[in-house]
Amino acid sequence: MKKWIPWITVAIFAGWVLSTLKPEPQPDFDLRGFSQLPVLMGGRIQPMDSVARNSLLEIRHKHAVFLPDETASTGMFPKGTNLTAIQWLANVMMKPEVADQQKFFRIDNLELVNLLKLPDKANHFSFEQLRPKLPELEKQAERIEVVDKIPPQNQTALERGIIRLHHSAILYMRLELVLRPIDSDNLTADIATAIKGVETLRSLKEPEKEADPKMLRQLEALVGGFEPMTRMAYVLTIPPQRADMARDNWTDMGTTLSNAVIHEAKLDPVAKHYTDMVTAFRQNKPAEFNQAVLEYQTWLNQWFAPEAKKGRSEYFFNHFEPFYLAMIIYVTAFLLACCFWFNWAEWLRRSAMYLVVLAFIIHTFGLIYRMALEGRPPVTNLYSSAIFIGWGAAILGMVLERIYKDGIGSVIAAAAGFLTLIIAHNLALSGDTMEMLVAVLDSNFWLSTHVTVVTLGYSSTFVAGFLAIIYIMRGFFTRTLDETTAKSLGRMVYGIVCFAALFSFVGTVLGGIWADQSWGRFWGWDPKENGALLIVLWNAVILHARWGGMIKERGLMNMALIGNIITSFSWFGVNMLGIGLHSYGFTDDSKFTWLMIFIGSQLALIAVGLMPKRWWRSFQKPQPAVVPPGGLSGGPKGKHVPAAA
Amino acid sequence: MPRLLNQITKFFCSMRLTVVCLCLGLLLVFFGTLAQVDLGLYKAQNEYFRSFFIYWGPKGASWHIPVFPGGYLVGAVLLTNLVSAHIQRFRFEKKKIGILMIHFGLIMMLLGQLLTDLLASESSMRIKIGETKNYSESDRQVELAVVDVTEPDKDQVVAIPESVLQKDKEVRYPELPFVVQIKKFYPNSTISAKEEPGFTKAGATVGPGAQYYVREEAKVTAMDRRDLPSALVELITPSGSLGSMLVGLVLEPQTINLGKRTLQVAIRAKRFYKPFSLHLDNFNHGKYKGTEIAMDFSSMVHLRRPDTGEDRVVRIYMNNPLRYAGETFYQASFEPDDSGTVLQVVHNPSWLTPYLSCALVGFGMVVQFGMHLIGFIRKRVTIPAKGAKAKPVLTELQKKAI
Repeated sequence: MKKWIPWITVAIFAGWVLSTLKPEPQPDFDLRGFSQLPVLMGGRIQPMDSVARNSLLEIRHKHAVFLPDETASTGMFPKGTNLTAIQWLANVMMKPEVADQQKFFRIDNLELVNLLKLPDKANHFSFEQLRPKLPELEKQAERIEVVDKIPPQNQTALERGIIRLHHSAILYMRLELVLRPIDSDNLTADIATAIKGVETLRSLKEPEKEADPKMLRQLEALVGGFEPMTRMAYVLTIPPQRADMARDNWTDMGTTLSNAVIHEAKLDPVAKHYTDMVTAFRQNKPAEFNQAVLEYQTWLNQWFAPEAKKGRSEYFFNHFEPFYLAMIIYVTAFLLACCFWFNWAEWLRRSAMYLVVLAFIIHTFGLIYRMALEGRPPVTNLYSSAIFIGWGAAILGMVLERIYKDGIGSVIAAAAGFLTLIIAHNLALSGDTMEMLVAVLDSNFWLSTHVTVVTLGYSSTFVAGFLAIIYIMRGFFTRTLDETTAKSLGRMVYGIVCFAALFSFVGTVLGGIWADQSWGRFWGWDPKENGALLIVLWNAVILHARWGGMIKERGLMNMALIGNIITSFSWFGVNMLGIGLHSYGFTDDSKFTWLMIFIGSQLALIAVGLMPKRWWRSFQKPQPAVVPPGGLSGGPKGKHVPAAA
Repeated sequence: MPRLLNQITKFFCSMRLTVVCLCLGLLLVFFGTLAQVDLGLYKAQNEYFRSFFIYWGPKGASWHIPVFPGGYLVGAVLLTNLVSAHIQRFRFEKKKIGILMIHFGLIMMLLGQLLTDLLASESSMRIKIGETKNYSESDRQVELAVVDVTEPDKDQVVAIPESVLQKDKEVRYPELPFVVQIKKFYPNSTISAKEEPGFTKAGATVGPGAQYYVREEAKVTAMDRRDLPSALVELITPSGSLGSMLVGLVLEPQTINLGKRTLQVAIRAKRFYKPFSLHLDNFNHGKYKGTEIAMDFSSMVHLRRPDTGEDRVVRIYMNNPLRYAGETFYQASFEPDDSGTVLQVVHNPSWLTPYLSCALVGFGMVVQFGMHLIGFIRKRVTIPAKGAKAKPVLTELQKKAI
C-alpha cells in the first residue's frame, strides 16, 4: 500500500490542477467572451481581462472585489458577492453609475483618510465618496509632483498615498470613458440619431437657420461627449480598418465614434459591435449582449486572427494561474519532505519528490507559456526574475534529490519554488508584468544570455544558502543531522558554490559586454553591476577559503548564509538605492522592510551557526549514559572532518 | 635576509592574502555603491575605485586620513598575489589547467581594465538633423577657445584647456595677437542679469558680461548635470588692454575686431576634432503605440572622410554602435524635441580584452568544475553501496536517539 501513496498523492493534485481548467458556468452575460476581446494597451495587444486585472490591482491591490452587503444592492449582482475583475470592469465601462457606488478604492493611510475627511472606520471607498474630494486630491498631487517635484524615494507615506490615490482616481475615470460617452444611455440609438441628424444638416442650405434647435443641442451634447473619450483614451479598442495602416495602429472609441458621426455617416463595424454590447448591457439584455460579442469574435477571427488568439491565450493564462497552483503544490511537498526527516518513511520522501516534479512541470509550463505570450526570453523584469530564480533553484534541488535521495533536494526545490513564487506574486501587485521593454533592453540576444545566466547565478547562490539553513536548523535544533547528512550537505554546498561562481561570473561579464555594446563601456560601477560583482567576489572568497583550509564544514555553511544576504542585496537592495542606469527594475521601498527581515533572519542563523559545537543537538552524544567521562562536554570534536574538496 | 625575503614571498603567495583581498574588494564595492547615493557615480568612482586609499576627515576640516584601501591598491595586491603564487607554485599539471586558465583570464581582465582606465576617453557628439559635425565634445571639461573667423570657410582655433585656466594667471600663444590674463576662474557658477543674494558683480568692463552678476557654485556630483564654468579674462595686445570680459559655458561667444581680423572668444565644451565628419540625415524615436515607452532610437548618419574619399551611410541604433577609426559611436540620447541625436563617442584601445578574458575564465571554470563533477560522479558510481548502507545504520541510531 505504502508504495502507492506517492502516486495517489500526485494523482490527487494533478486532478485538482486539471479541475481548475473547467470553465465556470455563466448564466446570463457572456463576460468570458467579452474578457477575451483583444485591445491595445501599454503598447501591447492584451485581452480585456488583463486590462481588468491590472487596473483593479492598481486601484484595489487585489484581483477581485468583495462587495459588502450594503453596496451590492444597486448592482446586477446578488448581495455580498465577490466580483471578478471582468465583472467589475464591465460595470465600470458600461454601467458606471453602478460601479460608482461600489467600495473598491483602497486607502491604507489613515492620515490620508483624515485629510480627505472620509469616514475613518473604513479603508475601502466608493468613487461616489471620492468625487467631492477630487479637487483637494488634485491640488495635493500637483504640489508633490509638479510644484515641489519630490522624487518617489523621498516622499512620505502620506505623499505616496496621495499620488497613488490620485493615480487610481484618474485611471478609474479613464476606464469609464473607454466604451461610451458619460451621458449616453442608449448608445446605439444615440449614434443612429446623430448620424441621421448630421445628414439632415448636410442637406440643408443654411443649417444655422433651418435646423431644429432641439436636435442641434442634442447633437452638440453627444458629439461633445466624444472629446473627453479621445483626450482620456486609455485602452485602444478599435483595430485599424484599412489595409495601408500599420497593424498596431489601433485607435480609441471616442475618435472612431466622432469620425462616424461627423465624417463618415456610418459606424465602423467594430465600434458597432461595442456600442451594441454597451446598449444591451445597460438595458440588461444578455441575449443581445452575447450576440454582439459573438459577432465581434467572428469578425476578429476573419480579420485579426492573431490578435484574437493572443487575447484568448492570455485570458487562459490569467485564469489557469499556473504559478499559483505550483506554489500550493510546492508548499505541500515542502511539508512532506520536512516530515520525512523525523520519521524516515520512504513514502514521505517519494511523495514529496513526486509533488516537486508535478509543481515543477506546472511552473515550467507557466514559464514557457509566458515566454510565448511575450515573445521574449524568460527574464525581462523583476517579476519574471523571481519566477526564473525559483525555477533554476528547483532544478538544482531535484538534481540533488536524485543524487542523494535524502529529502534535502526536495526541501530546497519546494522551499525555493514556493518563496520565489510568493515574491513574484507580490511584485505582480504593481501592475502589468508583461509590459513592453524600453529600447535599451530590446535585445533578445542579450536578454537570453546575460540576464538568464546571471539569474541562474542568483538561483544557485540561494540554493547554497538554503542548504546551509537546513544544516544549521537540523544540526542545532534537532538530532536529525547525522554525520553522513552533514558531510553530504557540505559537498552539496561546495558543488553548488562552484556552479554559482561559474554562472555569476559569466553572467556578470556578459552584462559587461552588453554594456560595452550599448553604452560604450565594459564596466561603469553602476549599482546593479556592482551587485552582481559582489556575488562573484563572495563565491570566489568561499572557494578560496575552502581550498586554503581556512574554513571547515560549519564555516562553509555560515559563509553560504552570507551569500544569501549578498544575493538578496543585489537582487532587490540596489534597486532601492534609486540610482543608476538599471533603475528600470526600481521597486518602492515598502519592500525594504521585507529585505531587512530576511537579512536579519540570515544574521540570526549565522549567530546560531557560530554557537559552540556542544550546544548543537545533533552533535551531542546520543546516549550520554554510556559516554566515557570527559567526552560529554567536549562533544565529538575533531570527529567532523571537512568534506573532501 | 633570505629569511625575510622568504617571508615576503610567502606573504604574497598565500591564499590567505587572496581571501583578504577579495573580502576587502567586496567591502569596497559595497560601500562604493552606497556612496553613489550621496556622491554621485562619478565622484564615488574616483574616490573608491580609482584610488589607492579612501580618505576620511571631519566635515570642514583640512586634514584627512586614509581609512580603507582603494580600488587600485586592492587590485594591485590581488594581481601581485595571483602572479607570484603562480610563479612560486607553478607546476604544469593536467588537473590544474582549468585554474590556470581562470587565473590567466583574470590577470588579463584586471590589466585590461587598468588600461581602459588609463587610456579610454569618452565624449559626445550632438548633431541636429541636417547638421554636419567633425568633432565631439567632452561632457565634463571645458576650454577657452579663441577662434579666428576672418576667413568665412576656414576657422583657426586656439584652445586653452581647463587645467591651464585653473592654475595659470597668464597665457601666451604665438598664434594669438594678445596675451590672455585669467583674472578669475569659476569651476562651476551661476550667472544672473540682476543682483541677487550671494551674487557679485562679475567685474567685466566690456561686452554684455559687464552687466552680469556671478555666483560660484560647488561642483556638481549628479550624473545628469554638469558644471557650468565661467571666467573673467583680460586680453592685452602690445598696444594696450582690450578690457576684461566675462566668458562662460552659458554665454554666447564674444566677438573682437582687431584690425582686419575677427576673433571670437568663448568658454565651450572641450572639443576633439576628427579627420572625418558625420552628417545626420535622420533621427527616429519610435514609441510603442498609445504609450510614451521608447521602442527604439536610431540615427541615420552620412560618414564622409575627405582624405580617403570615404563616403557612406550608417545606421547607428541601440545596441548597435558604429566602430570607426579606433572610436566607437553609440546611440546615447536625443534632443528633447527629437530634432537631433546625441552619440556617445568612446575611444578605448583595450576594448577587446574583456571579451577574450571572459571567454578564457568561463572556459576555465567549465573545465575545472566539470572535472570536479566527473570525479564526484565516478566516485559515487564506483562505491554506491557505501552511501546506501550508511544511511540505515545511522537511521537506527537516530531512532534510538529520538
